[in-house]
Amino acid sequence: MLEDYVIRQLSVFVENKPGRLAAVTEILYKEKINIKAFTIAEAGDFGIIRMVVDRTDDAYRCLKDAGFTVTLTRVLGVEVEDEPGGLYRIAKALGEQGINIEYVYAFTYGGDKALIILRVDDLEKAAEILESRGMLYKG
Amino acid sequence: MKDLKTTVIACTPSYMLYLTEYASKMGVSLKDDTKLRAGIFGAEPWSEETRKRIEEKAGIDAYDVYGTSELSGPLFTECEEKCGIHIWADHFLIEIIDPETGERLGEGEKGELVVTTLSKEALPLIRWRTGDITVIESEKCACGRTHPRIMRILGRADDMIIVRGVNVFPSQIEHVLMQIPEVGEHYMIILDRAENGLDVMTVQVELSEKAEVDRVSDILELEKRIAEKLKSVLNVTAKVEVVNPGTLQRFEGKAKRVIDRRKI
Repeated sequence: MLEDYVIRQLSVFVENKPGRLAAVTEILYKEKINIKAFTIAEAGDFGIIRMVVDRTDDAYRCLKDAGFTVTLTRVLGVEVEDEPGGLYRIAKALGEQGINIEYVYAFTYGGDKALIILRVDDLEKAAEILESRGMLYKG
Repeated sequence: MKDLKTTVIACTPSYMLYLTEYASKMGVSLKDDTKLRAGIFGAEPWSEETRKRIEEKAGIDAYDVYGTSELSGPLFTECEEKCGIHIWADHFLIEIIDPETGERLGEGEKGELVVTTLSKEALPLIRWRTGDITVIESEKCACGRTHPRIMRILGRADDMIIVRGVNVFPSQIEHVLMQIPEVGEHYMIILDRAENGLDVMTVQVELSEKAEVDRVSDILELEKRIAEKLKSVLNVTAKVEVVNPGTLQRFEGKAKRVIDRRKI
């Protein structure tokens, strides 16, 4: 049941230099991987690219083969209507129950939907809470 | 120093420059506000230019000093002529050898300094290879002393580096990195001198297959952990920079893992 709500996100370590983002995205393009959600956490000399793609295992393999440091992380994906309040309701529900959100990013798609990706400190408990509130999930 | 009316100081030359900077930021001129008149400086290589800078900025006479821990620390210094370091020949016998062949070299020839202690008890040394490259002069010095002199240390016979006066062997760094599964075996050491005169050592390492990298803190914690391990082994604080696998230079033959950008 839990696994229905868990998304396998790819994280890639890159140095903060020109050309690094192009190098990573070129590999995905050549492999015809489609990116569904994407963000970069930057920290001075380096950055961590985080993304959700359509073919996770293929993307993982081709990035690793190209020499990148890639990690698969289990995150929660929540699908909401593309209107104000979506992220607020989730953040409130989790915060009230003491769940810490490590990071969040969101993508809109399909004209009226948004996908919110969250890494939390307690995946199982967070899924329970959101489900009990009847919030929509992404499989 | 002002309060204690210090007249002589002993430290590394880079630290002396750092002190002069720091003092002037505090509004103190070592030259005019203290009783300092002389300093003996060593534990790292330094040039005539640095000597002049120290002498001007601090208003003192700056003398080179040499020694090794095994010999009892700083033992030999320059006389007022500042032209080579006098070795007390009644207590120490010095030789220069070719570091590759071990062959004894003559006066004026560059080679590795070898020392034999003549009066030391408890830890006497016989033909101790210091690893320091220098030249011996046995001509009588203008000061009148006949003790032989060694000229400025020109470098090392091995790959040892000196960071803020502390001896560091690259192999020590390698040993620490091999115990950390998240990083690979390749590394580079970059040495710079900061604005304030102190040495900065940066160690670059590659992430390994085993590294789990998702949060920025994952990397920062890894770098911190490596830096702490290095500090406990080397006694020197290093900046650690983690880079992508395959980024660092690979070598055919002997690896040159140290990039020394310091100008002494």
